[in-house]
Amino acid sequence: MSTEAVEVQEKKSEPLFSKKNRKLISNPLDIDNPITVQILGVCSALAVTTQMKPAFVMSLGLTIVTASSNVVISMMRNSIPSRIRIIVQLAVVSLWVILVDQLLKAYVYDVSKQLSVFVGLIITNCIVMGRLEAYAMGNKPWPSFLDGIGNGLGYGMILMTLAFFRELLGGGSLFGFKVFESMGVHYQGNGLMLLPAGACILLGLIIWIQRSINGYRESH
Amino acid sequence: MENLINIGVRSIFIDNMIFAYFLGMCSFLAISKKVSTAFGLGIAVVFVLGVTVPINWLVQNYVLTAGALSWMGPSFADIDLNFLQFIVFISVIAAITQLTEMAVEKFSPALYGTLGIFLPLIAVNCSILGGALFMVGRPYNLAEATVFGFGSGIGWMLAIVALAGVREKMKYSNVPAPLRGLGITFILVGLMSLGFLSFLGFSL
Repeated sequence: MSTEAVEVQEKKSEPLFSKKNRKLISNPLDIDNPITVQILGVCSALAVTTQMKPAFVMSLGLTIVTASSNVVISMMRNSIPSRIRIIVQLAVVSLWVILVDQLLKAYVYDVSKQLSVFVGLIITNCIVMGRLEAYAMGNKPWPSFLDGIGNGLGYGMILMTLAFFRELLGGGSLFGFKVFESMGVHYQGNGLMLLPAGACILLGLIIWIQRSINGYRESH
Repeated sequence: MENLINIGVRSIFIDNMIFAYFLGMCSFLAISKKVSTAFGLGIAVVFVLGVTVPINWLVQNYVLTAGALSWMGPSFADIDLNFLQFIVFISVIAAITQLTEMAVEKFSPALYGTLGIFLPLIAVNCSILGGALFMVGRPYNLAEATVFGFGSGIGWMLAIVALAGVREKMKYSNVPAPLRGLGITFILVGLMSLGFLSFLGFSL
């Protein structure tokens, strides 16, 4: 990750969507996925994915927060003393999270109630902090913005996959729409999928499939 | 007293931070390769949770909630600072973590060496902020909040030490290559969490 960061920094002028910049968005979707490879942001991934709707709102919120705090930190990166950088980063992140939280409360109150503490926990979502530390502290605002969007999307992708299976198998619905009932089939929901334990096992299987495809391996 | 024990047991076993709420998973998965390191991190989390939850309780009840500032005079009685909750809580947590880091560095350099980067990262361990936010959501008094903080910390420590123990044994088993590492760990955590579900039947 650090080598990639150095490379981007050294280019003086490059088109907005150069190959490298496009990589910033596509890598987190696959071989550099925040959840399945970097092990960041796992807590919320397991907690908010019982249904598609909160999972979608959560991914949207996280993408906005990561991208915008990446930009802000990247603009201030040369004037932050390294001893207190964590507090500065947390302050910037919580600013954006407060904004998102207030917006959610104003426009989609029921979803905001459902997400409960997890909107607040975006502050401590390791993806945000991890990207700030690993990327935004050493790169210009535009690549940092793309990096934030990319990681938000990578997170969202795993979240939506998890939520898809959990809601479909656990409750027989998608976005609240009763799939099996509309086809005239009676479906007995699988309670295990709604438990965090089910989510964990499902995520383990997703990682297994993803790694069989992209060839990423981990020694013990 | 009975009530306090009740809250303590609940927060350790039934409402376990890891197995019931899945908070603090990132460091839980990343630091659980060896029992000794896992234990060190667990102690740090117990301490930070046990200290920050009561402090945040005081902050919440004497500064942040609607009407909390009335001790400063009647003109402050209708101020509601709840929207500042996140930023205040996280600052308290970051400050306490910084202190813990300095203390550990001074008194136990060996532990400091093994924990390394993860001590400052306790500040962003979701279980710490999560503990504070859960505490606000429930009608605890100061003593109950303290017990809740310590209990949650101990529950977290139990979980990470248990997982580290299992993972040490996993080295000797033949896991399919793509599943190795993170994948099998998730499945393990899922199974352990199923085991912890049996505590749900407890009535205290």
